[in-house]
Amino acid sequence: MTAVSKSAPGPGRSAKGSSLAPVSSSRKIKDRLVQGLVYAAFALAIIPLLSVLWTVITNGLARLDADFFAFSMNGVTARDGGGGAYHAIIGTLEQVAIATVISVPVAVLTAVYLIEYGAGSRLAKAISFFVDVMTGIPSIVAGLFVLAMWMLTLQIAPEGSGFAGALALSILMMPTVVRATEEMLKLVPGDLREASYALGVPRWRTICFVVLPTALTGILTGIMLAVARVMGETAPLLLTIFFTKAINFNPFDGPQGSLPTFIWDQVSNPQQTSLDRAWTGALVLILLIMLLNLGARLVARRFKPAAGR
Amino acid sequence: MTSQSGIEAHVGTPARPIGGAVSTGRAGDRIFAAAARGSGILVLAIMAAIAVFLIWKAIPALQKNEANFLTSEDWNPNAVPPRFGIAQLAFGTLMSSLLALLMATPVAIGIALFIAFYSPRRLASGLGYVVDLLAAVPSIVYGLWGLLVLVPHMEGASKLLNTTFGWIPVFGGDNPGKSSIFTAGVVLAIMILPIISSISREVFLQVPRAHVEAALALGATRWEMIRMSVLPYGRSGMVGASMLGLGRAMGETIAVALVLTYVPGINWHLLENGGSTFAANIAKNFGEAGEIGRGALIASGLVLFVITLVVNMAARAVVARRKEFV
Repeated sequence: MTAVSKSAPGPGRSAKGSSLAPVSSSRKIKDRLVQGLVYAAFALAIIPLLSVLWTVITNGLARLDADFFAFSMNGVTARDGGGGAYHAIIGTLEQVAIATVISVPVAVLTAVYLIEYGAGSRLAKAISFFVDVMTGIPSIVAGLFVLAMWMLTLQIAPEGSGFAGALALSILMMPTVVRATEEMLKLVPGDLREASYALGVPRWRTICFVVLPTALTGILTGIMLAVARVMGETAPLLLTIFFTKAINFNPFDGPQGSLPTFIWDQVSNPQQTSLDRAWTGALVLILLIMLLNLGARLVARRFKPAAGR
Repeated sequence: MTSQSGIEAHVGTPARPIGGAVSTGRAGDRIFAAAARGSGILVLAIMAAIAVFLIWKAIPALQKNEANFLTSEDWNPNAVPPRFGIAQLAFGTLMSSLLALLMATPVAIGIALFIAFYSPRRLASGLGYVVDLLAAVPSIVYGLWGLLVLVPHMEGASKLLNTTFGWIPVFGGDNPGKSSIFTAGVVLAIMILPIISSISREVFLQVPRAHVEAALALGATRWEMIRMSVLPYGRSGMVGASMLGLGRAMGETIAVALVLTYVPGINWHLLENGGSTFAANIAKNFGEAGEIGRGALIASGLVLFVITLVVNMAARAVVARRKEFV
C-alpha cells in the first residue's frame, strides 16, 4: 500500500507541461494534514497505555515481595504494612478454573451445533444472534443475575461463595469461546469430514476425533483469551463472592477473595500502605493476564504452520 | 481471532452447508447431536433467565417504592418508606458514555486508518496487538490508575475547559472539579478505544483492493483515496463499532465507580464533581443494601440490561446489514 501510494503523485510530477497537471498544493497539504492527524491519533492512544503500565509497574514493585504471595490480609488493618494477596490469588485461580470448566464444554458444543448441525436453521440463527448480544452484557448484570437466581431464589450459599462468582464469570466467557470456536470450525476443510464419512466413521466420531482436533489450537487460543478477559472482572465478583481477608480454599462454602476485589478493597483506604498493596495487586493481575495473552499468541503461532492454513 | 469484539470478518468463507441433514440414526450420533443442540438452547435459556430473574427479584422492591422509579432522583431504598428512582443514574450513564463516544470515535478511527493504510506493512499486526493490549488491561486497573493518576491531573484540564468553553452550558458551572462525569468520560473513552478501532480496522481491511487501487490510479492522494473508497464502504461498520463501544461504556462499572464522587441530584454542569451511573451505583451501594436495597439495585440493573441490549442489538443489525453487501 505504501509503495503504491507514494508513487501515486509520480506521474503528475514527471509529466509537467503535459495534460496531466501535478497534484495541487492544496490537495497535498490536506493529505499531509490528515496523515499528521492519523499519526497523532495513534500516539494519543499509546499515551494512556504507557502511563497505565508505567505507573502500575513502578508503584507495584514496592510491595512485590515474598510476603505478598505467602500471606493473606487476615488481621492486617489498612495502616499496617505487610500482608499479602495469597487468599486473593487462590480465589482468582479457583474461580477462573471453575468458570472455564463450566463454560468451555457448553460453548464448544454450541459452536459445533452452529457449524456442524444447525447451519442455516432458524434456531441456529437465533442462537448466533444472541451469542453476539451476549458479548455485550455488562459484567455487573451477570453478577446481578447470579445474585438473583443462585443466591436469592435458590438460596444456595446466600452469604456468597467462589462458585457463585465462577458462575457469573462463565456467563461472560461463553460468548467469546463460542465465537472463537465457530471461526476455527469454519476453517476445517470439508474434505476432511467427507473423507471421514467415506470411511464409514459416524458423524459424532468425525466431529470429536477429526474436526475438533484439527481446530484444537485455535480453540485453545480462544479459550486462553477468554480466560484472560474474565480474570480481571471485578463487578460480578463484588456481588457474588463478597469479601474475606482470610484464606478460604473451598469455593463452595463461604466468601472467597479474588485479586480484583482485593484491589477494590485496598484502594478504598486512603493509607499509603494500603494503596501500595493495591498497586502490587494490579501488577500481579496484569502479569497473569499478559502471560495468558502471550501464551495464547504462542500457541496460535506455534501450531499455525502445521494446521496449514 | 479478533479478540474482544466478538465480531469476525467473514472474508472468503461463504456459508457452505458443512454438515448435511443426514444422520446415521446411531445412538452415539443422536446423543451427540442432542448435546450440541441442548448447549445451543442453553445459551438462549440463559439470556431468557437473566431477564426473568431480574424482573422477578425487582418487583417486590418496586412495589414498596414510594417515589416514581423513572423520574425520581433519590436513591434511598433503605429508608423507611423506601424512595428511589433512576433519573440521576440514567442521566450520568448517558452523559458519561456519550462523552466517551465523542472522544473515542475519532481517535479510534484514526488508529484504524493508521494501522490499515499508514503504518509499514510489517509493523501493522504488531501495532494492532499494542492497541489490543489496551483492552487486556482490566477495568479495576483503569479505575486504580484513573483515581490515583488521572484524577489529580484533571483539575487543570477541567478549569481550562471551563474558562474557554464555559459559554457552552454543559461545560459551565462555578466549581470545575476533578471527580466529574467528564473525568469518567475520559476513562471510558480510553477503555472503549480498542473495541471501536479493532472493528473499524477489520472493516477497512475488507475494502476491495480494486476500489483502493482504482482511486490511486486516478491520481488520488492517500487521503482522497480513503475519503472516496474506504470511508463510504466502511460507514455502517464504523457506526456499528461505535455503538458497540457505547454499549460497553454504559455497562462499565468499576473504573467509573472509583473515579466518580457521589453528589445527589442531576447536575448539567458535567465538569463539576458528582454524578453516578447505573453500574457504579450498584457496585457502591451493594454492601449496605438490605433486602429492599438489593431489589432496588436489581431493578436498576434490569434497566441497564434492557438499554445495553437495545444498543447492542441495533449495533449488530447495522454491522450485519453491511455484511450482506460483501
